Amino acid sequence: MTATTTRVDRAAQRPGASGAPVASRGRAPRIERRTLGYLALLAFFAVLPLAGAYPIFVMKGLAFALFACAFNLLLGFTGLLSFGHAAFFGLAAYSTGHAMKVWALPMPLGILAGTAAAALLGLVVGWLAIRRSGIYFSMITLALSQMLYFIFLQAPFTGGEDGLQGVPRGSFFGISLADDTTLYYVTLGIVAAAFWLIDRTVHSPFGQVLKAIRENEPRAVSLGYDVARFKLLAFVLSAALSGLAGSLKTNVLGFATLTDALWTTSGAVILMTLVGGMGTMTGPLLGAFLVVALENKVGDAGDWLKGVTGIEWFGTLGESVTVVTGLIFVICVLAFRRGIVGELGAWWAARRAK
Amino acid sequence: MTELFGIPLPALLGQLLLGLVNGSFYAMLSLGLAVIFGLLGVVNFAHGAMYMAGAFVAWMGLTYFGLSYWLMLLVAPLLVGAFGVLVERTMLRRLYKLDPIYGLLLTFGITLLVEGVFRSFFGVSGQPYTVPEQLSGATNLGFMILPNYRAWVVVASLAVCFATWWVIERTKLGAYLRAGTENPRLVQAFGVNVPLLVMLTYGFGVALAAFAGVLAAPVLQVSPLMGSNLIIVVFAVVVIGGMGSIGGSILTGLGLGVIEGFTRVFWAEASSTVVFVIMAIVLLLRPAGLFGKEK
Repeated sequence: MTATTTRVDRAAQRPGASGAPVASRGRAPRIERRTLGYLALLAFFAVLPLAGAYPIFVMKGLAFALFACAFNLLLGFTGLLSFGHAAFFGLAAYSTGHAMKVWALPMPLGILAGTAAAALLGLVVGWLAIRRSGIYFSMITLALSQMLYFIFLQAPFTGGEDGLQGVPRGSFFGISLADDTTLYYVTLGIVAAAFWLIDRTVHSPFGQVLKAIRENEPRAVSLGYDVARFKLLAFVLSAALSGLAGSLKTNVLGFATLTDALWTTSGAVILMTLVGGMGTMTGPLLGAFLVVALENKVGDAGDWLKGVTGIEWFGTLGESVTVVTGLIFVICVLAFRRGIVGELGAWWAARRAK
Repeated sequence: MTELFGIPLPALLGQLLLGLVNGSFYAMLSLGLAVIFGLLGVVNFAHGAMYMAGAFVAWMGLTYFGLSYWLMLLVAPLLVGAFGVLVERTMLRRLYKLDPIYGLLLTFGITLLVEGVFRSFFGVSGQPYTVPEQLSGATNLGFMILPNYRAWVVVASLAVCFATWWVIERTKLGAYLRAGTENPRLVQAFGVNVPLLVMLTYGFGVALAAFAGVLAAPVLQVSPLMGSNLIIVVFAVVVIGGMGSIGGSILTGLGLGVIEGFTRVFWAEASSTVVFVIMAIVLLLRPAGLFGKEK
């Protein structure tokens, strides 16, 4: 199998995901509609706590949604599968925790510390990993993140197996964040700004080059683009935003643990992106909320199944979310590669074409 | 007592042997990964899970049915290999025409699935597996005490690795396999049943992992998490060695095991990260890997 055929197959696999329809249908009205959609989404999240949603849960979902969107910048829009994004998420979670608990910094500085640490790590990991492409890239990122995990396991500032507990929420430019609702709107604002940044990046000339690299790397090279440089930039940006997500998570939940940096977290963010639809803007957002909800609710579902079927084993489902996660992974890869938003988009495009 | 670098010689040799044991597992797993990747173009994340399943099948055979270690050394790879064949037939086969990352994602999902099922039944704590009596005890070599079982692990792994190398490099079947790696379509046109070859290759690679798992059962504790911790190190081994050569995989695996063993003696905290550090250095100096070819 040659490199070209795989790329063509892959491109054929996700029509409508690459932004091509935007160009073919005239830009101006389409962009407006997109912006309107985002504003509607923002409004939806703004009223969610008023509608009785539990703010902590939604904030956790928002942090993971940002994580997935940042990851998707790399997988969906540059075609690089990083298997080590938990390293950035985890490092930022610890850095923010340390900055706010030990140094007692206010929340914006704490978050900035985490994001900067993740960006720096992204620079090092990316610089090493982009030396190989394809499947090797995934293995290298996974190995490097595992190395970081072992460092966290032994380093004194992480608290080892116990993790970093009781991180204060701090204040946002003088406003105390102790109140859930205040924290919710600050978090929503930060996530929305980051999402806007990702959207701007994807739809910028820089983003177009990234897509060109995804579709056909040799071609991008032959057109004179310094592919390594673009890949590294995308990697650092993705790492930094993943770090921002990790920082927010620490701020919201008040702790950072080894799980944040474990390979299963890297797997979870891949799953979020895959379920929602890689290479779509809103897919990872949806995927993140679905996966977070799944992790919270699968125990209840297991108990329900146990009650209905009388099979004792279902009762243990809550302890092994991995079974369900693995099953969704397998189903997604085999039958559902475009993800929910990707499939809807394809269905919509097919309907319009008629 | 004789000392070397200020460390008592027996302690040094003991760690060296443990390093060789770990290196044997690395070698067998990276060998299987390389064979599978060569023909299928799939990086089999599930390799660690299959290794874990091999160890568990051996443990279950002994605990529930009283089946001996020696029998399970044969049965466990066969059972796990059969499961691998099933996975290839029903799932992996659909992905060959797609980007290779889907193969990685699918096998990652299978890993979670298999690991999760074992976890739901056995928890995360390790189950001990006693060394078979023929191999229990140790031999005094004069300069060190050699635990018989560890020596057996190294010898058995080397024998299996060598046999695999011999089959692939020196037999007709191996020639088909190598040809299939180069150009499956042409080999198919010559009348070789390539899909069957692919299926059996996957089954064999996975069986090799299970064999390593049975060997590992008495050395390490049998736990659902034993595979995923190992597979990530093996990925680093594969990046260091490059997947191009069978002999290269074996040598890299053993060598890194030994280096890890020495690191444990001199700077124990770094022993879990040394392989990754070496990987980073190799990436800087020789990105294609020690035995890999530049593309």
